[in-house]
Amino acid sequence: MILAAAAVTETNENLAQISNVLIYSAMAVYTLAFLAHIAEWTFGSRSKVGRTAAALTRPAAAPAVTVRSKGSTAVLDKPKVVTRAAAGTRDAEDGEGAAGGTEKGDLYGRIAISLTVLAFLVAAGGVATRALSVQRAPWGNMYEFSITFSTVAVGIYLALLPTKMNVRWIGLPLVTTVLLDLGIATKWLYTDSDQLVPALDSYWLWIHVSTAIFCGAVFYVGAVGTIGYLLRDRYEVRAELGETADVFKAHLATLPKSNAFVMAVRAARVPLRRVMDSSISRLPSAATLDKFSYRINAGVFPLWTFTIVAGAIWAGDAWGRFWGWDPKEVWSFVTWIAYACYLHARATAGWKGRKAAYLALFAFATWIWNYYGVNIFLSGKHSYAGV
Amino acid sequence: MSKTEDPAVETDGPAPGPDAQTAPRADERTASDRLSTAPKDDREDTAPAPASFGIVGWARWFWRQLTSMRVALILLFMLSIASIPGSLVPQRSVDQTKVDDFFKAHETLAPLYDKVQLFDVYSSVWFSAIYILLFISLIGCIVPRTWQFVGQLRSRPPGAPGRLTRMPAYTTWRTDSSPEEVRTLALAMLKKKRFRAHVDSTAVTAEKGYLREAGNLIFHIALIVLLLAFATGQLFKSEGGKLITEGSGFSNTLTQYDDFKSGSLFDKDNDLEPFSFHLDNFVGTYERTGPQRGTPRIYEAHITYSEGADGKPKKGVIEVNTPLTVGGSKVHLIGHGYSPTLTIRDGRGKVVFQGPAPLLPTDSNVTSTGAIKVMDGYRDKDGKRTQLGFTAVFVPTFGGAGKGSMFSKYPGLDYPALALTGYHGSLGVDAGLPQNVYQLDTRKMTQFKKPDGSPFAKMLLPGETMTLPDGAGSVTFEKDIKEWATFQVSQQPGNMWALAGAIAAILGLAASLFIQRRRIWVRAVRSDDGTTLVEMAGLGRSESNRLPEELAALAETLHTQAPTTATPPPAEESPVEGARA
Ligand code: HEM
Repeated sequence: MILAAAAVTETNENLAQISNVLIYSAMAVYTLAFLAHIAEWTFGSRSKVGRTAAALTRPAAAPAVTVRSKGSTAVLDKPKVVTRAAAGTRDAEDGEGAAGGTEKGDLYGRIAISLTVLAFLVAAGGVATRALSVQRAPWGNMYEFSITFSTVAVGIYLALLPTKMNVRWIGLPLVTTVLLDLGIATKWLYTDSDQLVPALDSYWLWIHVSTAIFCGAVFYVGAVGTIGYLLRDRYEVRAELGETADVFKAHLATLPKSNAFVMAVRAARVPLRRVMDSSISRLPSAATLDKFSYRINAGVFPLWTFTIVAGAIWAGDAWGRFWGWDPKEVWSFVTWIAYACYLHARATAGWKGRKAAYLALFAFATWIWNYYGVNIFLSGKHSYAGV
Repeated sequence: MSKTEDPAVETDGPAPGPDAQTAPRADERTASDRLSTAPKDDREDTAPAPASFGIVGWARWFWRQLTSMRVALILLFMLSIASIPGSLVPQRSVDQTKVDDFFKAHETLAPLYDKVQLFDVYSSVWFSAIYILLFISLIGCIVPRTWQFVGQLRSRPPGAPGRLTRMPAYTTWRTDSSPEEVRTLALAMLKKKRFRAHVDSTAVTAEKGYLREAGNLIFHIALIVLLLAFATGQLFKSEGGKLITEGSGFSNTLTQYDDFKSGSLFDKDNDLEPFSFHLDNFVGTYERTGPQRGTPRIYEAHITYSEGADGKPKKGVIEVNTPLTVGGSKVHLIGHGYSPTLTIRDGRGKVVFQGPAPLLPTDSNVTSTGAIKVMDGYRDKDGKRTQLGFTAVFVPTFGGAGKGSMFSKYPGLDYPALALTGYHGSLGVDAGLPQNVYQLDTRKMTQFKKPDGSPFAKMLLPGETMTLPDGAGSVTFEKDIKEWATFQVSQQPGNMWALAGAIAAILGLAASLFIQRRRIWVRAVRSDDGTTLVEMAGLGRSESNRLPEELAALAETLHTQAPTTATPPPAEESPVEGARA
């Protein structure tokens, strides 16, 4: 039997109960936020931009950066910095956002964000009470990882909102997956609040696991950006070629007639394409999204490296070896190498753009697998999943 | 990897080629020359394999391929894919018994797997090939990049490109200050902002962010240091396991280990750290109530140890996350179980065995099994020499009441019980073959039988004695049940290097990813109307939002010193051609 140790403290059942109520409440509020986002996107689709699936390369009006004025100096004409996209990239403008510039859509978007803030606070309360109920870091089993993970992901999104990074569009996909994550957590991964599986009792839990969850949440936001990029990039290519939904419809009409089912599917593809195009046209430009996911992924990569190093040091203390190719270690390594691969791809001609984006998604898939798959399907020393 | 075929940098005069599509690209490429040390893959991509180069040509071509970014990328990807099977197929280096189980379960598949080294992925030929190639590629990449970087540090950044308007960030204004004045001001300003700057005919050229490149090189070099540290660690490491029952001890010599493995360069006779320790007491507590009842809560091995051959004894506690460190060795607490104390008497009442018998846990409630062997000194009632053996099942908390089976329902010592089945005959140890001390080889033994012929087996509670049939003696299950703990003693030199490498890697990486390497140019020329035309442009190693902001801040500083002229501009032909105006 493998040993482990933890302090004997009692579980505070009251707090544990409160935590559960808070998590369920957060889910309810996230659901409302989800509905508000749907309204935002729906109203946005009725905007002019949404209907005409905006022309791509409008000449931009304002310079990207204006030199700040210093009040009342007798300056006649301040120098203005003009920017241009890097050579070889498309000069497409960012879309108008989910609300498509409509006032109603924007209102619902703001409601959705307010609700998301509320849900975030409630969920954070749920995580905190969970921790307080057992007087330890709330990362002892998969249920706890999951509720922390989604809370951190939303926190990152909310923290990015006021920055210049154009991230408001992420609201809907994020809230959707957060609901999924919490649903899985409460339905399948739930574990009663209790003391730590003993091998976890170490200050490294605070260091290693908190950074691991944080990195995962950041990688997740980056992956959403990457998916957005892939959609938007294809859309921009199509728009450049003038392939609107109408062209697509005309193209479908040229195909030979087939059986009723195929025809029905074909008929459904045109409105679907309209909805997709209308939505994607409101996303930021492919260049912006690509840059966004690069900055997110690259920004957190050193921390992910640190997480793995910290894990190795902990393993050295707990198990007497730093690296033993335990499944969890293998997949952390795979994830690390995959992200390194992505960063290299970004710096390699012929691999920038879509190919690099696929690598980024592969890297994130390995992270998710390491999180759910390895904990549930593979057995190793990291058997603390509590499922 | 210094490329010399780059077109000479145009510092002044008319811009090259009027082709509106490609000119900005070419301009930018020229301007970003030597802004990084990354291999220029665009060219290598198209470099054809030599048609008739002979061996040297081919070798050079191969080397260039191997050290290109593209191949590094592919090797990295292959490495990540190649490490996956090791998490799906049991590994010898991790768990030999799982590998054995796999062999039993998949009779046709397992040998195939074995042939392609799927049970030893991380020491397999193919895995090694990938990472060795990767590291050769890495070295082949780093060395020229380092020279190139040193060259960049020693030379000046290239002068301003012909048309600054084609740079990603640009600004301009006209001033009454003279061009010389503007350039002097700009040079001072940029130097104050810690740019490397110099005046190059009409323009000031400045560059900053060299730490990015340095960080990147440090990161890649640190990876090599890490690999070397692991490699030496593997060669010189040692790792041994030892089971110790409360009241006994261990001294760190080869013969005392239950199992021991070491790297190929480890010197078994001299490299073991001299120290010894004694297990005074083992404390294990478990959750009493709730759904996690039985989950371990505290495990502590209280020991007395002495360093060196005969150092002063010191007290210590080893816990799961806190090993004992003696010199370069670490002692980890790995497992624990129970050793029931037995007293066995032979047919004439003489004590032939007395002491704790460690048994191995088979489940999380520490239902334990094992064997007790009496090899010497036993005589049956007729005085005939023979050997005794018992298979034992021990439970710390008996849960089989009324069911007739032995299983434990709690890992603590609440209701200990011991079931013994006795044999007599030959234990088979004389054959000189190594034998598992926890298993009884009953091939040459006869089971004790009850008078009615059924097998003789009995469950004992502490303090109870069972008398063997036919006056063969007795076994007493003493009240003093001891605990044992297993320890792993490991030594792995190179850890400090690995740690240093890891820290350098993280710092280098952070510098490489967060620092932007960029160039700023300030050109000042006299225009026809007598005013000075100031143009500023910026170019980054990669696109960044911060570059235009930085340029704006610099422009503002310079502008306060050389403000816009009041003279109305001449009929303007916009200099901002092709940019987002
Ligand atoms: C052990 C394998 C390797 C790992 C884990 C690794 C990792 C990384 C990482 C994480 C970066 C990102 C830093 C940045 O973007 O500035 C990077 C950059 C870079 N790597 Fe590697 N690398 C490896 C091998 C190689 C090899 C073999 C080469 C040579 C062909 C190479 C050349 C480069 C270059 C030139 C950059 C800079 C890219 C840029 O300036 O954006 N690396 N590497």
